[in-house]
Amino acid sequence: MDGATRTFDVMAVRRDFPILATQVHGKPLVFLDNAASAQKPEAVLQAMDAMYRTSYANVHRGIYALSDAATTRYEAARETVRRFLNAASADEIVFTSGGTDALNLVARCYAQAFLKPGDEILVTESEHHSNLVPWQMAAMATGAVVRPIPVTDAGEFDFAAFTAMLGPKVKLVAVAHMSNVLGTIMPVKRIAAAAHAAGAKIVVDGCQGAVHCRVDVRDLDADFYAITGHKIYGPTGIGALYGKREILETLPPYKGGGDMIETVTFERSTWAEPPARFEAGTPMIVEAVGLAAAIDYVEALGVEAIHAHEADVLEHATALLARIPGLRIIGTAQEKGGVISFAVDGAHPSDIATLLDQRGIAVRAGHHCAQPLMVRMGVSATTRASFALYSTRAEAEALAAGVERALALLR
Amino acid sequence: MDATEGRVELDDLRETFGFLDDWEERYAYIIELGKTLPPMDEALKTEATKVRGCTSQVWMIGREFADGQGRPCLEIVADSDAHIVRGLIRILHILYSGRPKAEIAALPAETFLHDLGLDQHLSPSRRNGLFSMVERIRALAAA
Repeated sequence: MDGATRTFDVMAVRRDFPILATQVHGKPLVFLDNAASAQKPEAVLQAMDAMYRTSYANVHRGIYALSDAATTRYEAARETVRRFLNAASADEIVFTSGGTDALNLVARCYAQAFLKPGDEILVTESEHHSNLVPWQMAAMATGAVVRPIPVTDAGEFDFAAFTAMLGPKVKLVAVAHMSNVLGTIMPVKRIAAAAHAAGAKIVVDGCQGAVHCRVDVRDLDADFYAITGHKIYGPTGIGALYGKREILETLPPYKGGGDMIETVTFERSTWAEPPARFEAGTPMIVEAVGLAAAIDYVEALGVEAIHAHEADVLEHATALLARIPGLRIIGTAQEKGGVISFAVDGAHPSDIATLLDQRGIAVRAGHHCAQPLMVRMGVSATTRASFALYSTRAEAEALAAGVERALALLR
Repeated sequence: MDATEGRVELDDLRETFGFLDDWEERYAYIIELGKTLPPMDEALKTEATKVRGCTSQVWMIGREFADGQGRPCLEIVADSDAHIVRGLIRILHILYSGRPKAEIAALPAETFLHDLGLDQHLSPSRRNGLFSMVERIRALAAA
């Protein structure tokens, strides 16, 4: 254990999350489905509750104190996201309903507006469907083509194959910062540099990356970076899209409505500047404030300390699971975040997850919204355990013991 | 626990589940039951016979035949690649298979599964597909 791990008091952290004290089937909850959605600390629950109780009104509209207060909170949340991603300006942060919405915004406003027949969109074969299907839809609408960037047997980004695919037709590269199934942390900075050298833009799905990696969009030189609130201990229904200002300024609106216009006549309307251009209608005001509270919480604990702690739990769980005969870990990249997928011959993930549930252990079984990846890795489904800042070594041990017991029943 | 030895009837199921109160024993028994499910020809496991809504793969067809009194009956042929789901299919098989189609629609599957303590598996949101399977069987019987 290094210094960062020692100063991180996971048992104290766990007390911040009320749900972790609950029981499932009469057993203490062991929540290991964090890559799907994480639990919420008191700080987030209280920030949202307090806003509804004391400073809630619609934003950007009223000439009265409460609306002013709400607008200040909402825009302060945007500044918090800017700081977290190290964007140059808060105008580069668009609030969305989540990661999927953010990626669809890019697909609609950038890809559908600018791609031409024959243009290419490169997407890794390990992508979540939310960073694949929007590109397929944009391709259908424009005549562009989606091509898969291979991953290696270990689940790593195949850089040589990628650079060989680059050429004048490639306009967009879409890649997750971290795979939700394999845990692989992708070399986004290198990918961005290569994409830019070839004249393409890069869209990063940061839904896992923002939780498990240090994010600096300027250092990565990402053109777009999408995050979601609910995986980083914030509420559902909120996410954000970072886009470089000079790109956002060229994009048409996403949805039409209030707050995204400059002037409206019955003949035509003109658009507001970003980010308002992309935030039609009443936004997710309290959810944005909840997201900011979650980011503040994470930053107060220390991003590096959290990652060191998660790496320790991941390593422990990996070592314990790897000892189980017949168990194969899917995704063995050198650089991994807190996700372990595994397959066991003769034991379906659905069986394993059902039996773990009886022990109060929540894991996910299935294709994890990444069906092309399942084909690539030669499995129909996996069992996935995913960790969070409140996960413990003891939980990793409960998982391994639960899997062993499940396999004894199943074999 | 003689699931592997020949026919298991509804009353046997009720009785056995009645004295298994430990969850591990119950699941072990469900898994054992799965092993008594009559085999399904691999050729029948196609996209067309797949039951949607399951995390595991489930295939199901109905074969119609007439009983001694000339009534149309339904034989259920089904399988899954997951052991627990196969066991749940076996329970549905015991409940439904070989019965007159007219009776199948009226069978209170919910009550029966509740008696076995398995009703938590019948929620539509459970991804084991038990709910979808019951729906499929009823549709087959109504066809």
